[in-house]
Amino acid sequence: MSAIETQPAVQDAAPARPRWQVLLVRPETMTFVLLVLGIFAGGLLSPFFLDINYILKSFTLYAEFAIVALVLTMVIIGGEIDLSPAANMALSACIFAWLQQAGVPIPVAVLIGLASGLVMGTINGLMVIGLQLPSIIVTIGTLTLYRGLAQIIAGDKSIRVPEWFIGVDRIMVAGIPLPVVIFIALAIGLGVVLGGTIFGRQIYQIGTNEVAARHAGIRSARIKFGLFLLVGIVASIAGIMTASRLGSVRYDLGLGGELQMVLMAMLGGTYIFGGRGTILGTFLAAWLLVIVSTGMIVANVLPAVQLVVLGSLLIVSIIATNFIYSRTQR
Amino acid sequence: MSFLATLFRRREAGIAVMIVLFCLAVGIAKPQFLTLDQMRIILLLTPLIMIGAMGQMMVIVARHVDLSIGSTLGVSAMVSGMLYRFDATWLGFDVPWWTGIPLSIVVGALLGLANGVLIQLFRLPAIIVTLGTLSLYRGLTFIISNAKQIDRQWIPSELKGLSQTSPILGIPWIIFIAFGIAILTYVFLMHTRLGRQVYAIGSNPVAAPLRGINVTQVTLLVFTLSGALAGLAGILYASRWGFVNPSNTGSGFEFQVIAAVVIGGVSINGGVGTVLGTVLGVLLLGCVAAALPLLGIPGTSQAAIYGAVILIALLIDRTVRQQGIASLRRARA
Repeated sequence: MSAIETQPAVQDAAPARPRWQVLLVRPETMTFVLLVLGIFAGGLLSPFFLDINYILKSFTLYAEFAIVALVLTMVIIGGEIDLSPAANMALSACIFAWLQQAGVPIPVAVLIGLASGLVMGTINGLMVIGLQLPSIIVTIGTLTLYRGLAQIIAGDKSIRVPEWFIGVDRIMVAGIPLPVVIFIALAIGLGVVLGGTIFGRQIYQIGTNEVAARHAGIRSARIKFGLFLLVGIVASIAGIMTASRLGSVRYDLGLGGELQMVLMAMLGGTYIFGGRGTILGTFLAAWLLVIVSTGMIVANVLPAVQLVVLGSLLIVSIIATNFIYSRTQR
Repeated sequence: MSFLATLFRRREAGIAVMIVLFCLAVGIAKPQFLTLDQMRIILLLTPLIMIGAMGQMMVIVARHVDLSIGSTLGVSAMVSGMLYRFDATWLGFDVPWWTGIPLSIVVGALLGLANGVLIQLFRLPAIIVTLGTLSLYRGLTFIISNAKQIDRQWIPSELKGLSQTSPILGIPWIIFIAFGIAILTYVFLMHTRLGRQVYAIGSNPVAAPLRGINVTQVTLLVFTLSGALAGLAGILYASRWGFVNPSNTGSGFEFQVIAAVVIGGVSINGGVGTVLGTVLGVLLLGCVAAALPLLGIPGTSQAAIYGAVILIALLIDRTVRQQGIASLRRARA
């Protein structure tokens, strides 16, 4: 009798996993290893590749997407998804460029561009949280709508921005291009918020089990709405940064960017069904993606093959994270 | 129950009324909209979307979504285009004009099957997988074509004839093909066991396997069919436009198709949707697309309209669902 009673207690007392094992199953570890491998492979391809300035310069091409991907990671951890930020970037950049061309002073045009990003975030938030519609399909709709509106505003022409506004990527802060600085600063800020504050932990709880989170007194609707607003405003900042980098704005600015953003989050080990993931993972994944993309450019790989590689990477990375999580669940 | 509520109940009737009202409104502003010629233009705008929509509808009824069909269309059209272009070099003879039709369908079916395998066997969300394959298949199109367009002279004239010559009433073959596919889809979904199982899976994915439904088999079938229909749309694209371009062909197709399907009353939550509704949704989009140039609205605004249509349809869907729940509660009380 007593033997039967002690049985469960024996099972409970399974030894804790050793620290190295815990570290090994963390998804960021995989990203980090891939990153190191990527740097080695890149170094073999071309000696110029290992030049830190070259990598930083290449990163500016992806910095806008990477900045949005950081916020998108939080949305995905919260159990929702937003596919519209790339279209949001295009529309806010088009609104900004069109206004400044019409004679509105640039600071005002920038502010209106940012405000439009906020409005787009609000529309997503209202449809998803207010009306309880699934976020994937809502943001597919708004993706089409925002890019379509950008096309109406800009037509098929490209709108130039004034000379002095061009070149945010050429401003150096301590030898690092400004977009990269913004990306690193935002990553540190959001990393602290997500990992170290009650607010951040609440996002994980919502993503793990929203009903339970609500019963535990977490204002899930308010938090998720806030996240959609944050994506909206950050996407419009990224859009205007892109305008400054390219020097002109077309409606197809950032076309297909949603793939790269989701890819960065997935490669960093964010779990597509919510509740797991870290900013550090997305941070590393952004660098990994830059290394892979520039590596392919250095190796003279056709842009089309890059499309194939990016698409396959996305699928492989979700299979891998799903696999890792299903193993650690047991 | 008010007349309007009944109309919303029968979603197909609601869409039909919307089509009539829309055409009348445009017709009052621009009388030339209500001519037979204009009808033909509307019909000619729709066959590709209609064929794609039939596949997408099955996928959405099964509670998935397929974002990759535009790229699937591109790959399948390009494979056939390459065959037409290089048949003499590779095979030493000219292939008959119809070879592209089965070839494109098979290519599309294989790509769709690949989606289905990833989604069903690895338990991945369809939206992310097909977002990945959207990019992957588009890249494939560039690779197999070496980023070159297949020009007009390589597409067999008989194939192009499908969109130009007509068996009856001046309506080209391609439209009969589209409606034929719609009828086949109707028969499949309404009168075969497998078809009913698609609805069962979408209504309740947990209960379906408990009732002995082979969910894996049905899901794979649905994605394969969606791919095959995108493949058929691909070869008809070559027929309709007379060229295959690696970047343009099929790009944005998925949004048009999803817009048509959701406005046709197919619920994004799965389990609900009819072929008739989808056909009407496609026709409504066709009317809108045909009316824009007449009303002097530039073609650049089309994408925005598709986006708005998707969102509006989502709102209608939600209203209908809530009314349904409310009436169930009332019936129980």
